Amino acid sequence: MGYHEIEKLSSLGRIRKLLNLAKDNKIILLQGRLRPDEEKELIKATMEEINKEFKGIELAVIDPRDRVKDGLQKFKYDMMGLVLGMQTGITIIGSANVVKKIKRDPSKIELLTKDVKKKKKK
Amino acid sequence: MLRFLKRWFRRLFAKQDVKLGLYGPPNSGKTTLANRICKDWLGEELGKVSKMAHETREIQMKESVTIKSKDGRELQFNLVDTPGIATKVDYEEFLKAGMPEKKAKKRAKEATKGVIDSIKWLDDMDAVVVVLDATTDPYSQVNITIIGNLQAREIPVTIAANKVDLRKANMKKIQAAFPQYNIVGISAKYGKNINNFYEEVFDLIGA
Repeated sequence: MGYHEIEKLSSLGRIRKLLNLAKDNKIILLQGRLRPDEEKELIKATMEEINKEFKGIELAVIDPRDRVKDGLQKFKYDMMGLVLGMQTGITIIGSANVVKKIKRDPSKIELLTKDVKKKKKK
Repeated sequence: MLRFLKRWFRRLFAKQDVKLGLYGPPNSGKTTLANRICKDWLGEELGKVSKMAHETREIQMKESVTIKSKDGRELQFNLVDTPGIATKVDYEEFLKAGMPEKKAKKRAKEATKGVIDSIKWLDDMDAVVVVLDATTDPYSQVNITIIGNLQAREIPVTIAANKVDLRKANMKKIQAAFPQYNIVGISAKYGKNINNFYEEVFDLIGA
């Protein structure tokens, strides 16, 4: 999903859109990331909707800006952030019903999924 | 010099009721650390601990905890122990741990409410110790989200890497994950390095 698909939505709208997709058992690969307060609200909204069918989400963000302490590289990423806003990095969101675990290592992501169909057959 | 100025300003505008929050993912040892602090300075524990996740499902606060530094300074704060923040809560995990179904469902419901309460309280903190389990992966998004929010609100934060007494503990990995923060390795259970932790709290609150 390109960031432009959520860019014009309000914070609440972004959270709702991503959470609804996750609840539909879709794995979302978003170009860019949410703001920290939006990530926090996403977790809060997720908790409010947990029930017997929906166990929550798995969430991971890779943003090179998180790992740079200072120096020229930090300046470079800060400039990039000014131009691109929240469009730097990648966010992965998936329902905990289908995503078992997301491992970060730290610049690559490994996504382990569950076999939902198999579980349903049982 | 900058550190001295920061400390001087904080002291000048110091609040009377400083809230020091313990935040982190479930089972990182927040309540064990809260108990260690309360036992060391008040002689009593704050909450129950267990190996099962989401043992703490309500905010617990101990008012007027006074700690002393090596050079005789005193610092008073209200200690806030919070339920672990998670992105999922599955009652089946509690079932697997041997809990009856009714109890497991109740625990899961309370755990989700606990996470919401922790998040609601985050902005009210004056300083936060993020307690991480040094034996687990520090790159969990929950850790990054908590720290990112504290940074955005300019709330002073330090990281306590707990369970360093265990062989699997990896301080280097935690330092690599959060290079811009002070990290103190501790064992809240056995009190290892706890005096360095208290010195870090003095620096954090600026007393």
